[in-house]
Order: sequence, then structure tokens, then C-alpha cells
Amino acid sequence: MKDIIIVGGGVIGAFIARYLSQYDAKILVLEKENDVGDVTSMANSAIVHSGDDPVPGTLKAKFNVLGNAMFDQVSKELDVSFSRVGSMNLAFDEAQLPLLEELRDRAEKNGVPYKMLGKEEILAIEPNVSPSVVAGILCPTAGIVNPFTLTVHAMENACDNGVELHLNEPVLGIERQGDHFLVETPEENYTCRMVINAAGLSSAKVAAMIEPIDWTITPRKGEYYVLDHYGPGLVKHVLFPLPTKKGKGVLVTMTTSMNYLVGPSSEFVQSEEDLATDTLTLNEVKAQAKAMVPGIPFSQQIRVFAGLRSTPSTKDFIIESSKTYREFINVAGIESPGLASAPAIGKYVAEELAAQILGLKKKESWNPCIRPYIHLQLMTQAKKNALIHEDPSFGDMVCNCEKVSVGEINDALHRSVPCLTIKAVKKRTRAGFGKCQGGFCQPRVLLLLAQRYGISPLEVLYGRERSEVLEEEVKK
Amino acid sequence: MSVELTCIVCPRGCHLVVHDDLTVEGNFCPRGAAYGKQEILDPRRTVTSTVPSDSKEFKVCPVKTKDAVPKAKMEDVMKAINAVHVHVPVHVGDVLIHDVAGTGVDVVATRDLLL
Amino acid sequence: MKHVDLVIVGGGSAGMAAAVSAYDAGVKDILLLERSPYLGGILNQCIHNGFGLHEFKEELTGPEFLTRFVHQVEERHIPYETKASVLSIKKSKIVTYVSPKGSFEVQAKAIIVATGCYERSAGAISMPGERPAGVITAGQAQLYLNQYGYLVGKRVFILGSGDIGLIMARRMTLEGAKVLGVAELMPYSNGLNRNIQQCLKDFDIPLYLSHTVTNVIGKGKLEAIEISEVDEKKNPIPGTEKRFEVDTLMLSIGLIPNCALLDKAGAKIGPARGAEVDDSLMTTIPGIFTCGNVLHVHDLVDYVVEEGKVAGKNAASYILGTLEEGPKVATKAGDGIGYVVPGSVALGAEGDVSLKFRCRAPRKNVYLFVKQGEKVIKKLYKLAMIPSEMEIIKIPRKALENNQEPLEVSLVAKEDADHVR
Repeated sequence: MKDIIIVGGGVIGAFIARYLSQYDAKILVLEKENDVGDVTSMANSAIVHSGDDPVPGTLKAKFNVLGNAMFDQVSKELDVSFSRVGSMNLAFDEAQLPLLEELRDRAEKNGVPYKMLGKEEILAIEPNVSPSVVAGILCPTAGIVNPFTLTVHAMENACDNGVELHLNEPVLGIERQGDHFLVETPEENYTCRMVINAAGLSSAKVAAMIEPIDWTITPRKGEYYVLDHYGPGLVKHVLFPLPTKKGKGVLVTMTTSMNYLVGPSSEFVQSEEDLATDTLTLNEVKAQAKAMVPGIPFSQQIRVFAGLRSTPSTKDFIIESSKTYREFINVAGIESPGLASAPAIGKYVAEELAAQILGLKKKESWNPCIRPYIHLQLMTQAKKNALIHEDPSFGDMVCNCEKVSVGEINDALHRSVPCLTIKAVKKRTRAGFGKCQGGFCQPRVLLLLAQRYGISPLEVLYGRERSEVLEEEVKK
Repeated sequence: MSVELTCIVCPRGCHLVVHDDLTVEGNFCPRGAAYGKQEILDPRRTVTSTVPSDSKEFKVCPVKTKDAVPKAKMEDVMKAINAVHVHVPVHVGDVLIHDVAGTGVDVVATRDLLL
Repeated sequence: MKHVDLVIVGGGSAGMAAAVSAYDAGVKDILLLERSPYLGGILNQCIHNGFGLHEFKEELTGPEFLTRFVHQVEERHIPYETKASVLSIKKSKIVTYVSPKGSFEVQAKAIIVATGCYERSAGAISMPGERPAGVITAGQAQLYLNQYGYLVGKRVFILGSGDIGLIMARRMTLEGAKVLGVAELMPYSNGLNRNIQQCLKDFDIPLYLSHTVTNVIGKGKLEAIEISEVDEKKNPIPGTEKRFEVDTLMLSIGLIPNCALLDKAGAKIGPARGAEVDDSLMTTIPGIFTCGNVLHVHDLVDYVVEEGKVAGKNAASYILGTLEEGPKVATKAGDGIGYVVPGSVALGAEGDVSLKFRCRAPRKNVYLFVKQGEKVIKKLYKLAMIPSEMEIIKIPRKALENNQEPLEVSLVAKEDADHVR
């Protein structure tokens, strides 16, 4: 019998697992994909919002503000790139000024630091913003974060502290049996005292496994451009237009790896698997972004992608026990500002809900830090030399665009969260993230994976199941 | 009846017209005239491929037919190439298959594999 | 910190040729740095023949061509390091690199950057549809096949008629894959004519001109693609969709100079997406030179090697203090011309001026003009020009005037030119 089964290994499941790992309990995370953080947590704006946007009094407002404040410490403990660059919401039309006032009121009520800016001030700080800007609000606490390692490292920290993680294991059904739950997967039937539903896009389906629910989750697609890290200085802050009913609008930001990210669009879609991009939508994203920052160098575009938000019918996060069972907790509808809220949601669900309901006791010792990763590029010359002399594989560069060595990839391949695919390596190390998009380094990454798991190169997956890169060995 | 061809002798890729009497027009150099005539009488191609090696550095060794082989024999040439293994050391020009598929042409290594 | 007269970044054909020519010009203290385990760069995977007709007067495969240059480097005992990845170049000519031997900083008197190019990827062209495995650049498929011995797929469609894609159509067919077709956005092929013949027509592979991929279907592995015809503005025409069940979509949609090191060092980048250079091939940073595909994408390795030799010789002159530093004349891409390399020409240097450029679109029956102001320096009749072929034109340096007028290369239709004159 497990104490708790967490359904879903996205950023929310990972942070719940992390904070639950403080307690003396048997915890299992079931993730249907072959990597953690592989759906919504992977494909988003990578923004730690300040909290100026959510309607005061909502869970979104509460957890956004709480989560944002946790990021300095969490990013240190989990060795995740994070930078409080600040955000600006910009008005380009006098008619939008009331919307700006509304944001100011929300920032005020949500307790978010802000500063109102006039046209001249904005253009002095952000000279590449369109001169048609009229006013804006600056929120200095907003930040950018590496969303890939945030999830992976949070889960790694949980696993290091005793949480069990099963990848490739979708939940097929959940039943209440006496004082516990039976959780069915293709691998096994598990029993547990508590289920935490952090299943993202599938969370309504999981919730409906034990009782009728009166809310829905609809996938809402956002398409983005990624630009290479050429010529920094295009924008210094996360730049938003003013929010509309459809969302926060098309933003322009740098990322923690100094790329530029432009997007997202916003469109409700039918399928939880609809990650296709289309030309018309992307052209519209481009046009909106250029209205805000005309000089975006789209010639440096290296990738486009789509992500799916878990948009709830309730318009707010759903973080509570189910109606029927206190021991079945839904953590659903975590759309934006979900990434910013994740640490606070994880802490709340673990400490205020699960631990209280089950009467869990804290372990005598808990390590909030992961074993630090090796970032060769950030080392001094002397340290680099010492490391390479100790282990020459750190001087053997695999990805020349992003400067990632064999040593760093092998480190990622030998952690408590399995790193099974080329995409998983990419998310952890950035190998293949650069302008050649793996054109030169992918074969080496593929061979390192084959070697690590003792499998044939033909079996190595790019990402999802049945995504083998190689079809046939022709010269045996 | 005349036949129109693209010359493949060099990257210039001249547009050739070969007449019934095997005279050639459109060629920039004499090699184009020879190619045009050859292509009508007996089209030939150089085949390049790889063969597996026991080298520690290179899993496969690149090879080529030393001269062009009859176009119709390309498949047979590939079958013969796919049946060969090489052992180090190999040097550029080493003959790996004599008279491949009865074409009278040898298959040779196109790189040094020393280890 | 190590001190070396000349550091060459990149041990491909351009870098090796530069090393050999700098050595022969009297600079012996050279360090040639190559990121992969062996010299030769991209030629290692180009096992097809067709290289060397200019340089060696015979037709060689890529590995044969590179082997000859490796021998030239080794005969001269020019020091080189493999598995050496350059992390940065500074304006002060300090090169930082790592290799399994350690992390190094080298102070050079001159640097030649010869880092080649990379392939444009699906993301760079906003490829519509899903993101399955099986969408792969032609060069990557070539690397897997020719150096690792693996086929990436058995049913293949190719987007883009660049030469690597054409070469791979033949290679994969010979190795047992079925290539269903090649789609090219432009109304003309971007590959060499002879590759259309010997790689597509020889194997009855259809070429769909004015077509592009409008959908990619597959969650894990690629299942199918859809292509559509495009109109004059390159927009897909609804109703012209064709579906192909394939496991591989191979992309041959262009090469981009890999000049991040130069860009980050602060060198000015020119219209060909490589660094801006004068005709000594020196960038806007004194003492830093560049050549080969990182300067502009070439069609033939023979021309890459020729350019490498120029960079090597001039870097040697720079180190020896004999490089001409007189006034320069800028070049300009006029009507019909995509770019001109170099960006400027020194009036007082030795030898003829070599201008390299590509036309923007295929042209027939044109005059190629090289003019400075109103002065016609060269007028050349061209029966046909295509963008996939790089043009080289030589003009006598003494024909240049020392004034502010740029040296302009342009195309004029024959009837217009005849009319004017």
C-alpha cells in the first residue's frame, strides 16, 4: 500500500512530490509520458509572472504571488536558471488606458510591486519598443525561468528524497475500496490512501474516475517562435501587450538561455494531443509581436512550437479535495500563471492538504537541494581545466551551438529521474537546442543513450513512444 | 531523332543535344561531347557507397567504383559492395573488390582507416 | 597563456587550405583547431564523387579530397588538435577552447575562422503540422548513413532541391530506401543540373517545382506529409494537396554560415550572413580573417579551398607586417544580384580582384556588369545564370578608381543593354 499516488509528473506533480518528500510516507508518481514535464510544463512562455494580472481574491492571484516570492530560493536549491528581469505591460492606444488602470488596481490589491511608466520612460528603458507606445506598468518581481529543468529538478529532488517515479504509466482507472483507493495502470493495480490528481490536460478525466464533476478542462493551444541567441539587448524585460479576454496576449521575452521567445497565440482545440503549428496562426503571432517590437530579427528564427494550456471552465485554479473523498485531491486547471504558482501550489497541497488529511509526520532530515549540475561554461579557466583533467569527457564537446560536453550529458543520464530520449537530453542539457537544432550533435547524443541503456541505436527514441530516429542498420 | 541530356561530367551541367549521327551540341568542353556519345551508346555511372569495417574509429569505410560502371549494373554493384567487410589498415585506393559484378571495374577504398 | 602566431578555427577544407598556404607563405607557428575527432569537416560524410576538378584536375570523392589535404598538413608538420571546440574569440585575438586535454586560452597574432555552415532546420521555416521523429535535415541523414551506417527511413520525401538533398535521394535509393519525390518551393531547382540528372532522373524520382510541404502528420514517428502547389507569391493553392505516406521527410532547404564566434567577437556581419570582409578576407576586426562556407556558402569545395588559400596567405602577410593597408573601395550588389563577397577591395593590393556573388533568380541572356559609378570595368555576356551556382569574376585591380563610388555588380537583360548602347 502506498500512502499517496500523484497522477501526473508535470511541474505541479513534481512540486507536490518535492514538498511531500519532506514527510515519512510512501509516495508514487505516475506519469503517462516517457519524461516528466513533457506536455504543458515543457511548452509555455517560461515566465514567472509577478501576479499583477489575476483577479484579486482568486487562487490564481494567491498562488502566483506566493509562488513568485519562492523562486529565488527554489531556483538555488534546484539549480535552475532564473532571473528577475521584470515585466512590462504596454498600452499602445489611449483607449487602452483604463485596462492599464485595472492592472494597476489588481497589482495593488494582490500586493505586487509596480511602477507606472510614461512613453518616454518606457522608450528609455526599452528602446526597441514601438514608439507608438503610450504608457505601461512595470512589475520588477516578474522573472524568466528554465521550465524544463524546473520540472525535472523538482522531481529529481523528490526522488532523491525517496519518492518513487514511474514513467510511461498512464492511469486507466481509480476506484474507492473501503478506506483506500485502487489505481489501475497497464503495469499494475496499486492501492493507496490518497490520490492527488495533477494530470494537467487529463485532470478532468482523472477526477471523473471517482465521481461526477461539474467542471471541464479544455486544451487551449499557443504557438510560439524561438529565435537564436544572437545580439542580446532586443528587450530587457518580459514585454506584454495589455491582456484581453483570450489571455495575456503575444509577449516578447528573452529566455534564461538568452534566446528570444515570441508568442503565444490562443485557440481552443479538441484534442489533448494537438500540437501542430500552422502558418496563419504563426503569421498572426508575428504581426502582433512586431506591433509591439518592430525590429524582432525573425531571420534568426530557429524553431516554432505549440503548447497546450489546461483551461478550466471555472476560470480559476481548482485546488481542493473532491466532493466525495477528502483523500482525493484535485489540482486542476493550472493554466497561466501556473509555472509561477507551481512551488506555492506544491507546498500548499503537500503541507496544508495532504499532510493534514493523512496526519503525516516530517522526516528527521530532508535535503531541499539536488546534487548540483556541472555547468562547464560558467566555470573559471582553472576549474574547467581541473575538471577536464579529472574527467576528459567534460572537454569532449557534443553540442557546439550550446556548448554541451559528453560529461554533462552523461551526468544527466545518471540521475534519479530517468533521461530516456534525445528530447529528454535536450531538455536537461540544451544539447540540440541551438541554431543547427541537433543537425551535428544528434548522432552522438543517440549513441550515448544507446550506450547508457545498453540498447541498439535503432531503439533510441527522439521523444514520444514510437519515435525511433533510425530505421535500419545497412552496414553490419 | 536527337536526344537532350544534362551533362554530368562536371558541376557546370551543360545542356547537351545528341544527334542521330552522335554529334553533340551544347557542350562547353570536349569531355561533354564524349559524355553525350557515351550516354547514348552505353550509359555509365560511378557508384559510391560504404562497407563495414573493423576500425575503432570508423564503423564504415567509404568506397567507390574506380571508373564508371554500366548504369544497368548499378544494382548488382551495390549487392557486391554490401557483401564485403574490410579490415584495417586500409588506404585510399586499396582494391576491395576486383572486377565488380563482371564490369571489369574495381571497387576501391576512398579513405585511410589505420586503427 | 599560450602564444601562437596563427590560430585557425575549423579543420575542414577551408581551414586546412588556409593552414597550408599560411605555412608556405612563411608563418610556421600555427595551431589548427578541429571540433570533430578528425580533420576534413563535412567532406567526411560527402562520400560521393565530383570534388577536385579544379584543385587536383581529377574527380575525387569527399574523403579522397580531404585526405590529400590532410597529407599536405601532415607533410608540413603543421600542429593541429582534434576534438577541440572553440568557445570564444575575443577582439584582442584570444581564442578559448576546450578539448579532452583541458581548457585553453591562446593569444594569437592573427586568427582565421573557417567554421563552415549549418543546415536550415524545419523550425527555421515554420514547418506546418506536428513534430514527429523522421523530419530530418539531409546532412544529418547523410551523417547517419555515411559515417554510422544507419538508414533513417525507408519511405522518404524530400523538401528542397538543394544538392545535399539530391545526393541523399540517390544514396538512400542505392541503400534500399524508396524516395517518393522532391518538392521545391521555387519554380526552378536549387541544385546543380547534373545532380537533377544523376540523382533524380536516373532513379525516376519526381521533382515537384513550385510545391511545398503544407502538413506534417505523426505523433511519434512521421506517418505522412502533404504537399501543395504554390502561387507566384509562394502561398499554397488550396485544392492542390497531395498526400504521401512516408516515414522520413528530409530537408534540403539551405545552408547558413556558422559565424556565431565572429558575431560574438563583434565582427560586422554582411548580407551573405557571414562576416563582412575586404578582399584580403579580413573581417572588420584587424587580424581576424575568415574563409569558406562560414564567409558565404559555396557551391564547390574547390572554390572553398581557393578562398582558404587566400585567407592563409593574407593572414601570413598580416603577421609578417606586409599586408597592404591602403584605401578601399566598397562593393555593392546591384540589380539581380543577391550579395557580393568581399564587401570591399583594397586599391593598392597585389593581383586581380576576385568578386564572388550569386544571382537572385535564374536569368537567361543577360549582361553582367561590373561598374564603378558610371565607369564600366567589365561587361560579360551570360547565356544562363542560376542562384545555386556561385559566380566568380576577376577584374584588374588597376581599373579601380580611388573615389567614393562603390564597385557594383549588376545584371541587365541583353535586349535592354543592347538598346542602351
